[in-house]
Amino acid sequence: MRIELVKRPQRSALFSMLSPFIAFALTIIAGAIMFALLGVNPLNAFEIYFVEPISQVWQLHELAIKAAPLILIAVGLSVCYKANIWNIGAEGQFIFGAIFGSILPVLFPQFEGPLVIPLMLLLGMVGGALYASIPALLKTRFSTNEILTSLMLVYVAQLFLDWLVRGPWRDPQGHGFPQTIQFGDSAVLPELMPDAGRANWGFVFALVAAVAIWLMMSRMLKGFEVRVLGSSPRAGRFAGFGFNRMVFFTFLLSGALAGLAGISEVSGAIGQLQPVISPGYGFTAIIVAFLGRLNPLGIVAAGLVLALTYLGGEAVQSALGISDKVARVFQGMLLFFVLGCDTLIHYRIRLIGMALMKPNGAKLEAAPKLEEAR
Amino acid sequence: MDITVNILLTIATAATPLLIAAIGELVVERSGVLNLGVEGMMIMGAVGGFGAGYLTGSPWIGLLAAIIVGALFSLLFAVMTLSLATNQVATGLSLTLLGLGLSGMIGTSFVGQPGVRLPNLDIPGISSIPVVGKLIFGQDPVFYISIALTAAVMWFLFRTRTGLTLRSIGDSHTSAHALGIKVIRYRYLAVIFGGACAGLAGGHLSLVYTPQWVENMSAGRGWIALALVVFASWRPWRVLAGAYIFGAVWIGQLHAQAFGIPVPSQFLSSLPYLATIVVLVLISRNKRLTMMNTPASLGQPFVPDR
Repeated sequence: MRIELVKRPQRSALFSMLSPFIAFALTIIAGAIMFALLGVNPLNAFEIYFVEPISQVWQLHELAIKAAPLILIAVGLSVCYKANIWNIGAEGQFIFGAIFGSILPVLFPQFEGPLVIPLMLLLGMVGGALYASIPALLKTRFSTNEILTSLMLVYVAQLFLDWLVRGPWRDPQGHGFPQTIQFGDSAVLPELMPDAGRANWGFVFALVAAVAIWLMMSRMLKGFEVRVLGSSPRAGRFAGFGFNRMVFFTFLLSGALAGLAGISEVSGAIGQLQPVISPGYGFTAIIVAFLGRLNPLGIVAAGLVLALTYLGGEAVQSALGISDKVARVFQGMLLFFVLGCDTLIHYRIRLIGMALMKPNGAKLEAAPKLEEAR
Repeated sequence: MDITVNILLTIATAATPLLIAAIGELVVERSGVLNLGVEGMMIMGAVGGFGAGYLTGSPWIGLLAAIIVGALFSLLFAVMTLSLATNQVATGLSLTLLGLGLSGMIGTSFVGQPGVRLPNLDIPGISSIPVVGKLIFGQDPVFYISIALTAAVMWFLFRTRTGLTLRSIGDSHTSAHALGIKVIRYRYLAVIFGGACAGLAGGHLSLVYTPQWVENMSAGRGWIALALVVFASWRPWRVLAGAYIFGAVWIGQLHAQAFGIPVPSQFLSSLPYLATIVVLVLISRNKRLTMMNTPASLGQPFVPDR
């Protein structure tokens, strides 16, 4: 059997809508096979994985806590990827946002008041943007591949955070645990509905960011610039859009949003700095961006789905004794299927059986089709 | 003298997985495909190799399993990017993410289990010669494979007709297709070769380097291998040199930590990653060199015009 792609005359509107759903359905099927191989009843596992974690109000709050950083990072990344610029180091920018934002509560705990939170958030954005400016600078000055540099900086950021919380920023009264002091009350991001659950303002930031980026991409010149440079750099140059400026713009924007996610996570959900502050949000956000079809509003939905995979992973671990790495597997499979289904938007897929591959038959059949397409 | 020999030996052990993975990726990129999934294929090879070795008790079966797992995992990438023409960057990334997750899940039961180690070469009488014996005749088998592989790839790419065809596909898949070359078939084989190499590199990690299973034990080596290919401007012998330089950096920082140099260990640990960035900057500054050697259709999807 052989797969043959036939280009569609136009992109298919139907499949641009459907592809995330087909991908999700395929992931469920593959997941069912995986659970069956692990010796678990798939239906039972799916109930624990996808239904139970969101059956109560406080659990929805947990979902929002997990979704907030994913959405914040992913909307930033979507702008990068639309411009065909590959920032895959959001995890590092997330960490540096958290570190910069924590300067106030860790080094100046006596500084209190309503100004603390806004300043922390601002510092977090600055930290993320500064860290993201390194690969941008290297790309524009020396045309160094941004994929590799931004990824290498993730490892450096993780090690730097590890050093901070074990060394200079360690809580002297922390019984030797590698962590900073607990943030003071005025440095903790307030919860939205303290009576109902733990969800904090981070989720609101995520929604605001998604709407703002959506407006920018669909209604403003800057968004147009991003799309033109992404789909045809040559056309962009003729239109007078600078590629180097675009590299900086997308990296600083996505870095700032990742930094905001980082400080929101530390200030809202954790309350102090620890050696590890992220279960791979920066990488999972790449999946969120693609599952949301690089559309900020789609990303909100995708962020909730991926947040559920985290909660589901924890749930099956405690209920069925399966490793919570199962979440990672679900996320990876989802991205695979999304990318595969996206092919349907631009191409018709034809499966050609061995019987039809007789040299004359296949060729003659394919030729008129192509004429039609043109 | 003994210390020097030992350091050289550990450098070779650290460089071997980088070299193998990078040589595989070099062939893939020479065919015009950019597979960013090296890290994922490597870790899958590591867990597959460890698992097979642990279950059968034979490190050789483990090594073979590592190669097969790596190749099968790369097939996933090949089907997606070559048959379905998906974006190579995104697909490669997802291969890495999936590999890290899948290996963590498969490896849960292997954590803390004693592994098996491939024995070093031991030729009676010769391997015990001081210095030379140990360095040339007393290393692990994968070391010899890595050197042979480099030589074989050099010969294949630049001395055989098939190698020439492969390079021509990487430079212009449309022209190659117009000449009647089976572009997709060549690329499939190249990607699978790259996967087998990454799997072998992973197998080296879990069967020689540290014969046990630790989650994320590839620790970014797959990404460094990708950087090595750029650093080497797509030439096998430069990959060899680069891998040994990085092996030296990797071992150097470990020794520095052991000697208690008054620099935080985290800073030393980040040296290989920082070195990668510095090296990439140095090499990409020279635009002419990069432009001349980069396979011209690298990373572009190809759908045959029928």
